[in-house]
Amino acid sequence: MSDVLAVLEQRDGVVRKVSHEVVTGARRLADALGGSVDALLLAAGAARGADLLGGFGADKVITLIHAAFGSYAPEGYARVIAERVQTAAGRYGAVVFAASATGKDLAPRVAARLGRPLAQDVTDVGAESGAVTVVRPVYAGKALLQLKIVGSPALLSLRPNVFTPVQRPKAGAQESVAGNGPAGRVVVKQIKAADAGTLDVAEAPIIVSGGRGLKEPANFKVLEQLAAAFGGRAAVGASRAVVDAGWRPHADQVGQTGKTVSPTLYVAVGISGAIQHLAGMRTSKVIVAINKDKDAPIFKVADYGIVGDLFEIVPKLAEEIRKLHG
Amino acid sequence: MKIAVCIKRVPDSETRVKIAADGKSLDEAGVKFILNPYDEFAVEEALRRKEQAGAGEVVVIALGPAAAQETIRTALAMGADRGILLQADRLPVDGFEAAKALAAELKNAGFDLILFGKMAIDDSNHQVGPMVAELLDLPCVTTVAHLEIASGKGVAEREIEGGVEVVEFPLPAVLTTDKGLNEPRYPALKGIMAAKKKPLDVKPTALGAGGLEIVALTPPPERPAGKIVGEGAAAVPELVRLLREEAKVL
Repeated sequence: MSDVLAVLEQRDGVVRKVSHEVVTGARRLADALGGSVDALLLAAGAARGADLLGGFGADKVITLIHAAFGSYAPEGYARVIAERVQTAAGRYGAVVFAASATGKDLAPRVAARLGRPLAQDVTDVGAESGAVTVVRPVYAGKALLQLKIVGSPALLSLRPNVFTPVQRPKAGAQESVAGNGPAGRVVVKQIKAADAGTLDVAEAPIIVSGGRGLKEPANFKVLEQLAAAFGGRAAVGASRAVVDAGWRPHADQVGQTGKTVSPTLYVAVGISGAIQHLAGMRTSKVIVAINKDKDAPIFKVADYGIVGDLFEIVPKLAEEIRKLHG
Repeated sequence: MKIAVCIKRVPDSETRVKIAADGKSLDEAGVKFILNPYDEFAVEEALRRKEQAGAGEVVVIALGPAAAQETIRTALAMGADRGILLQADRLPVDGFEAAKALAAELKNAGFDLILFGKMAIDDSNHQVGPMVAELLDLPCVTTVAHLEIASGKGVAEREIEGGVEVVEFPLPAVLTTDKGLNEPRYPALKGIMAAKKKPLDVKPTALGAGGLEIVALTPPPERPAGKIVGEGAAAVPELVRLLREEAKVL
């Protein structure tokens, strides 16, 4: 009744980092419910990194191998996960996904198959007299909704970057099972990779974001150089104004009609701080604002601010960061 | 092409959220409501598909209070042919209940495409589209940013972390739309006038309570007051020191 199933992700046969967070969140929930954690990975063969998951709190790691599961097969994945939960006949008190591009697509399908509600993009989990409780941001973070999930299993997806992976001195058992049955009508034919080393703003630990203060699209070069100074740990984000103007792709937009992000460090450059932008980044651990207008609303949420010309400040900041990493 | 677009009435993205006296909901006093921005991409895509096919029908369906008729009129003004309001005064927080009500309306209605915005900007549930697809046993692709359809088959592109997934699917299908798919049109005056005369069915709808119970709706924790480190490039070394020694993020 109280065990937790953690649904993991791999890409090209390598376990994704967000899965460490999912196991960590599942472990926290299992401890609150008094159960164990089964981690389930769907893949076309043995996946690299599956053996590390015990160290994040998985009691058992099950790799379900199906020739068609190398890349995401929405219907096939949903079917086998729902079947596994049903076969466990009430053993799972919760099923935990990542609120990633795949997890947010997969979790509702599994929920509908099980006839269960779903809490997406959860930022905190707990239990209260056997029932799973969650916190999830609504109105793009302008409010927090505390929910109790009635009945079992509770289905939830965890917002990336919130559940900091915790290492435990324990190795989980490994198990490999063969998957069967149809992979489904919806088929991923290809993944067009972004430029090598490009991080997604939703998962990057550091985000350097630009707004209208950059003046023109070509000037985003200074932000890309700053991001590069962090040595592959930073992504470049953008405000709605510059995305709507066509300067940056919509995938980079942070805010209520873009992505809601929680990086360790968010550097807002030339962004005044419209309410819908603030909603999307206010859960960042540390916020730095660089703006020429000392009265800009962004300074109200920033931990540290520098007032002045971004074209002087940002290159200097990149130089100082490079020194640290040098 | 017969296309359904499921839309939602939501508070404007510039809304300052005030919690109602019950501590569990939004105080709607003075709040301006709009057509969910992600649904605009769905409406626009439906209109373009119908225009390309040269024939067909675009039906907009909303689940919500009587006031959602205005939201439907907005989509009709953009060019949709008719609207259906599944009228329910209070939407449950459980998206599966919304999915069940919509699926019941969409079932056996002969739609080639059923479109949703990828999520509503109020509850960000991000689930009703794929749940409807499962309930109707239809193929589904979510967060579509590029779409091609020819002879009963579709190819969609959806953004994933660090790349783009290219996905093939057969029609009929359920799709949820992301920003970037198209540039939604503004309703023209002529469209706004025409929308007033377009059919809009109102159907009272009973929704289940669902399996999610609201404990509380609270404001996010205030961020502690920050500090201005200084002015210009000269302040950078001190900023870096603070990030290392005080915030410990470098």
